[in-house]
Amino acid sequence: MTTTRELVLNTEPFLLNIGPVHPSTHGVYRMRATLDGEVVIDIEPVFGYLHRGIEKLMEERTYTGCIPLTDRLDYVSSMTNNMGYCMAVEKLAGIKVPERAEYIRVIAAELQRIANHCLAVGAMLNDAGALGTPFFYLWREREKIYDLLEMLCGQRLMHNYMRIGGVSQDMPEEFLPALEKLIIQWRRFIEEFDFFLKQNEILIARAKGVGILSKELAINCGISGPVARASGIKRDLRKDDPYLIYDRFKFDIPTAENGDCYDRYRVRIEEMRQSLRILEQARKQIPGGPAKAELPHLVHPPAGEAYAHIEAPKGELGFYIVSDNSIAPYRCHVRPTSLINLTALREMVRGWKVADLIIIFGSIDITMGEVDR
Amino acid sequence: MVIPDFALNVPLAMQVTPADWPGGYWWHWLFFTIIIIAFVLIMVMGVIYIERRGMGRMQSRLGPNRTGPFGLLQPVADAIKVLLKENIVPATADKVVHWLAPIIAFSPVLMIFAVIPFQNGALLADLNIGILYIIAVSSVATVGVFMAGWGSSNKYSLLGAMRNVAAIVSYEIPLALTIVGVIIFSGSLSMNQIVVAQDIPYILVQPLGFLLFFIAASAEINRSPFDLMEADSELTAGFHTEYSGMKFAMFYLVEYAEAIAMSAIITTLFLSGWRGPWLPPWLWFLIKTIIVFFVMVWTRTTLPRVRIDQLMALAWKFLFPLALVNLFIAAIEVLVWPDISQWIFVGANIVIAALLVILGSKLFKIGWGRLEV
Amino acid sequence: MTAALSAEKIISQLNDKFPGAVEEAGADSVLVKSDSLLAVAEHLKTAKGLKFDYLNYITAVDYYQYFEVVYMLTSLENNHSITLKVRCNTRDNPTVPSIRGLWQGADFQEREIYDLMGITFEGHPNLKRIFLWDGFPRHPLRKDWNQ
Repeated sequence: MTTTRELVLNTEPFLLNIGPVHPSTHGVYRMRATLDGEVVIDIEPVFGYLHRGIEKLMEERTYTGCIPLTDRLDYVSSMTNNMGYCMAVEKLAGIKVPERAEYIRVIAAELQRIANHCLAVGAMLNDAGALGTPFFYLWREREKIYDLLEMLCGQRLMHNYMRIGGVSQDMPEEFLPALEKLIIQWRRFIEEFDFFLKQNEILIARAKGVGILSKELAINCGISGPVARASGIKRDLRKDDPYLIYDRFKFDIPTAENGDCYDRYRVRIEEMRQSLRILEQARKQIPGGPAKAELPHLVHPPAGEAYAHIEAPKGELGFYIVSDNSIAPYRCHVRPTSLINLTALREMVRGWKVADLIIIFGSIDITMGEVDR
Repeated sequence: MVIPDFALNVPLAMQVTPADWPGGYWWHWLFFTIIIIAFVLIMVMGVIYIERRGMGRMQSRLGPNRTGPFGLLQPVADAIKVLLKENIVPATADKVVHWLAPIIAFSPVLMIFAVIPFQNGALLADLNIGILYIIAVSSVATVGVFMAGWGSSNKYSLLGAMRNVAAIVSYEIPLALTIVGVIIFSGSLSMNQIVVAQDIPYILVQPLGFLLFFIAASAEINRSPFDLMEADSELTAGFHTEYSGMKFAMFYLVEYAEAIAMSAIITTLFLSGWRGPWLPPWLWFLIKTIIVFFVMVWTRTTLPRVRIDQLMALAWKFLFPLALVNLFIAAIEVLVWPDISQWIFVGANIVIAALLVILGSKLFKIGWGRLEV
Repeated sequence: MTAALSAEKIISQLNDKFPGAVEEAGADSVLVKSDSLLAVAEHLKTAKGLKFDYLNYITAVDYYQYFEVVYMLTSLENNHSITLKVRCNTRDNPTVPSIRGLWQGADFQEREIYDLMGITFEGHPNLKRIFLWDGFPRHPLRKDWNQ
């Protein structure tokens, strides 16, 4: 559509600072947006408000002592962060994880995935203006998941549960029956929730066709996770590069073609359903045995380097660790899922309006802890 | 049109004003001024409570329940808190404009209540151009809002104020056209006469008119799903970002007083105002107003927000043509068949309304989409 | 299974096309000279059978005598991956060519390496500090930075 405003009015663009303190920026994120009236012409992201120097801090702590630091990366889903780090160290040191520990890890990771998508979808709809109603429905169910995770490790948010060689403690006896009850409740809830929102006219008008990310741009930018799958890239590390025991479970990878906000929302809802499938299979198949490999307290991997990546709820989370045979990592680099997912934000929002900018940003689902580290 | 007995011969003890109450004496004005101001202030408090408690319960959370029994004193607590806050004015703001804006926004809302009938003949002033007076006066509140946005010297406020002006100007037209449809049936502009003429409530005789009026009224008073003028998640409170203390209380009051005013107008125009069996008429009026307000709270909780260009498209491309068609059909019905029973009109109009809404929604294209920048 | 391509598979190809570019071939990583980085990267991105169109990550490690910049590339359709490494032997003002023109995902990551490690990427359109403020002294992730 041509800008007829150029022919009629003499306007000039102005700079709006969507600041670090804002109700919808998912953390301390700042965008300097150049607007022409309501239309976004350009944005310039400013990062660094949550930079804590985690990579440097990791060089001064033992391998096990770094695990609480990884909790604070993507603080919304800390189980998967722990898991990625422990897998990288295990790959470096050649440690074999007992089978029961692998099942517990899968259960914890899938529960965390559902919890994370609850927050992602709820926050996106909150940004779209549904004054918290879908958010509260999802939050109520998320509390049930957090009760389970608290049963596992005693913590609700910064779990610090995985250890190198397994998990820190075995699951209590009441965990598996509670998990079974949760899966039944969640199946019912997902159908109800999806039914409410799938055909909502206003949501479709706000999200369908908005913020389209093309497949070529997504591949070029290195986008991963539900954002990439909504643009048509059929890549999920649980199937394409299976880690742990994911090759024993039957589940599907939801994808969509258009790459707009509505597709990202649908992909996340579908992923929640698939996670429930994995949880059901894991619950049935879990064997007995030790929950942690027998290791000395201070882990001394041989000199070398290793990279391990997992399908975290937000995308591909990877840890690249270089070791020089001492008790602390020589260098540990975190592949920042959210930072890389933000690479295409500028192309996605140009030409849309302020309201769309907020909802597009919400649909990418980032956490500033991972962006800034 | 026959006026049934129960509306006129109410027992003396139950009437607010005696049957031979002479209008025109000075104590009539004083009495009603006090009643209206008391009514507005108390109803605002009650309505705030209904909204917060109702919204909370619909979102499966509790809502305020600590202050007083069932949280009934919560609005009082809010009022006291807001009055005790410091009055901050931005240094670069235009002082006079900033100070005048809440006053100019609030006065028209109080003035609307002058012509709303609480009972048969119980109005401050039974103008014979009642509804025209309401349309004229309610537009003045827009000036107050725009002054607030301009005088705050804040880009967010200006953005919110511009949106507000655009939306209110657009929605005046369907509002006025649907009112004309009602007037055609009632034959008079006076609010009291409109109620007296409703043997069958006009919601049945003019279902399309009711629907259009409800949507246009929600947009006029910035209620969700059209509350993008004060969209919390995008613009951090829009045009009243820079207000605190008593002035913020005035804007808060304006929002809810306008909601009550619109509910009262809908009750008078479409739900046959104070008419009803057994209970005293003013109680019927109150009950119906609260029911209409509750429907507004319901839509607010359930629906996400629309975008500004979708809002304008809705006004101009959907509501305006439908309001014209509604007016046309009402005029034909009254002129060509003035004597037949109105129940035939009820049946015909409901069918026509359903057809037109379905047809309109199929042909209607929402908003613009992406612009080339 | 994303097979990590071992270096032998592509070393012969690279040696034919870009003689002298490859310095070392590790178990699953290839070390190339920094001036031939762009040519090798472009070949890896477009050559048939290789088609490494997805950049996983870029990072840099400070070994005291040299800096090493590590790239990991993945091919989505062939489902294999390769790690590329480049070394800069100077400690003041090390430079490496930027691959932002080939993969846009390198944009923020190269800025991060410049910010925290001090390696300059030539050809990057917007090489500014990304996490720290502009007046920050030196580069914190280096081994010789102490508060």
